[in-house]
Amino acid sequence: MTTEPKRNQMTPLRRRLIVLVTAVLLLAGLGTGMVLRAADRADRANRPQAGGPAVSGGKVTLGQKDRLMFVNAAAGPHRTAVASVPSTEPGSGRTASDLKCARFYAAAGTGVCLQSDTGVLKQNNRALLLDSDLRTRHTYSLAGTPSRARVSPSGRFVAWTVFVSGESYASAFFSTRTSVLDTRTMKLTPSLETFAIDLDGRSYKAADVNYWGVTFAADDDTFYATLNTDNKTYLVRGSLSRQTVTTLIENVECPSLSPDGTRVAFKKRVLSRTDLWREYVLDLRTLKETPLAERHSVDDQATWLDDETVAYALPAEGKVGASDLWSVPANGTGTPRLLIAGASSPAPL
Amino acid sequence: MYLTDRSAPAGADTERGRRRGLRPKVAPVVLVLGTVSLITDISSEMVTAVLPLYLVTTLGFSPLGFGALDGVYNGVSALVQLTGGHLADRARNHKLIAGLGYGLSALCKPLLLLTSSIGALGTVLALDRTGKGLRTAPRDAMISLSTPSDRQGRAFGIHRAMDTTGAMLGPLAAFLILNAAADGYDAVFGVSACVAVLGVVVLVLFVPGRRQDTVPDGAGTLHDAPTDAAGAPQGRPPVRVREALALLRLPRLRALAGCAALLGLTTVSDAFVYLLLQRRAGLAEEWFPLLPLGTAVVFLLLAVPFGALADRIGRHTVFLAGHMALLTAYALLLWAPATPALPFLVLALHGVFYAATDGVLPAALSATVPEHLRASGLAIVGTSQALARFCCSLGFGAAWTVWGYGPALAGSAVGLLCCAVVAGMVLRPKDGTG
Repeated sequence: MTTEPKRNQMTPLRRRLIVLVTAVLLLAGLGTGMVLRAADRADRANRPQAGGPAVSGGKVTLGQKDRLMFVNAAAGPHRTAVASVPSTEPGSGRTASDLKCARFYAAAGTGVCLQSDTGVLKQNNRALLLDSDLRTRHTYSLAGTPSRARVSPSGRFVAWTVFVSGESYASAFFSTRTSVLDTRTMKLTPSLETFAIDLDGRSYKAADVNYWGVTFAADDDTFYATLNTDNKTYLVRGSLSRQTVTTLIENVECPSLSPDGTRVAFKKRVLSRTDLWREYVLDLRTLKETPLAERHSVDDQATWLDDETVAYALPAEGKVGASDLWSVPANGTGTPRLLIAGASSPAPL
Repeated sequence: MYLTDRSAPAGADTERGRRRGLRPKVAPVVLVLGTVSLITDISSEMVTAVLPLYLVTTLGFSPLGFGALDGVYNGVSALVQLTGGHLADRARNHKLIAGLGYGLSALCKPLLLLTSSIGALGTVLALDRTGKGLRTAPRDAMISLSTPSDRQGRAFGIHRAMDTTGAMLGPLAAFLILNAAADGYDAVFGVSACVAVLGVVVLVLFVPGRRQDTVPDGAGTLHDAPTDAAGAPQGRPPVRVREALALLRLPRLRALAGCAALLGLTTVSDAFVYLLLQRRAGLAEEWFPLLPLGTAVVFLLLAVPFGALADRIGRHTVFLAGHMALLTAYALLLWAPATPALPFLVLALHGVFYAATDGVLPAALSATVPEHLRASGLAIVGTSQALARFCCSLGFGAAWTVWGYGPALAGSAVGLLCCAVVAGMVLRPKDGTG
């Protein structure tokens, strides 16, 4: 087979070339069409839409009490910008800042914004530490795609989680990295994986440990997070000063501590190996779990609006990649309520 | 990208080879198959580059649960490779089976758009892996059968270089699309599907198929029976499983498969190498995604020269030298000071390892496996290597957990040295150059 076969097994070279050129033209046309359509859609998303919520640019600060902050997803020039609405009237007009984030959180005058741009060879991911006027105090490069962000109630500690991925198609090598920043000393703990683990009362070490979804207590030392190892997830309670974590119970992801510090809202995987989670609240004293009234699968780190209500993002119906914010009573009663359409990353001030 | 399920071992030459005087330096089939691989790798690496992003940002997944399926995929791919190799020999139609494999993977790309649950996505990716497993052995068999035995290394080198080129262009294409269209994951998958289809078109149009008319029945007796690129001499009864299994009785093939597996058992997976490198060199985390690129560049540049060198000085020699490069990389990771040069050195050695082994191993097989069983033979060696590497990943992970990464890597290094010594003795050329 080193010489071109001239037998009739193949059509003559010219005919094959014509077929090839035709295929190339067709496929190139199809591909270009798809890219143009996507570009057009992206373009439209950056223009205001009729019937969409009113969004206006303006001054947004972390000092405004009684406001609820979030990342705006409504179509228009302020899409992905950090915005705020009055807590009592979340459906009213939004005030948007110039700051654009993939993920955002704030408390007590400290904000954190995770950003992600697509570069030429890879994405560029950053965490911005923000002051009360949403000005960047410090920028940290991130190893992967932004996932979760939290600030401690006092504003002193900031935590973020990214997904690190590598390698090859379908080799699906994923891990998470969770970092904690002390904004007083500006000391960064790049990965919680260096903390000592007490698993079910025994000291535990493994290469496959992953953490995500930190939530801080008011004492500026205790935190809760998800620990994943050996295909199991645990709720852990940690101490920042001692650099230790202790497992509490299994099958808990993305904990969120209530303002009074007594309960944790979390997502629980209800069917193993699937992406089906339900939102629960765990009483930390009795370890009793209460399912919330939300029947949709929640894949978000919930936020407590007050001691009785949690908020979380759900995929917006019919719109791939967009989400709405919902709220539901934290005691398992009631029904979910649409809080803000076209929004994510809620943070009550 | 180029890591998981390649066929592997090293082989020797026989006396056929210099049958005709004038031959082009590379068979056109090799270039065509290289082109098909290049195009297909652009397609699949486009998806690779954005899949995590898509999962996290658009579908809102926590992709961790997903990573658990990784091992299953690798197992599937390795076993499917055996099936693909056997089917290709059995049907005496390598092009058909390879084409089915390429076609299946192409079909999976648009399916990515329609799936929005992890279960469905896992199924699509598993199908894609099945396609990859199916095509690997027949494709390598076509390369092998179209090339005189004294140029096998070069031919496989050319193929691997083209393949890797595609793997590097893929992410570039994906990120260009995302830059043109924010959140345009559907466009990335769509274009990826178009590119994959183009690969299949090139295969169908330009890779010669089975010859129906070459030699009438009984032609097997013709001296010098022209073996065609696509398959086996005609007029033989169909290849049975038993016959393929009997390959294992060939001492030389057994030696190659054994050595490939043995060395695979101590070949730490790429992900671990990059993790260790990042820790040892204190690289900033944002550089992590670019580390595989370093390996790929070196692999790409050296695949052809090393293949040619293997043809000249012996494939076993080069194959083992490649593992020595890997051993050196381990040693640097273990003991070298964290100089700025460390990442470059380690990645260069890692690339040298791939260039000296990935195509050289199948090249070495050509002398060992009869033509009508070539795809089966390649698959057997490829599968043993892939499964061995998979075991190594599990073992290394466990060792890391128990002893920490330093001792784990030191253990791998010692193991690799021992395996290389054994392989060196087993593969010692007995009849001419290896």
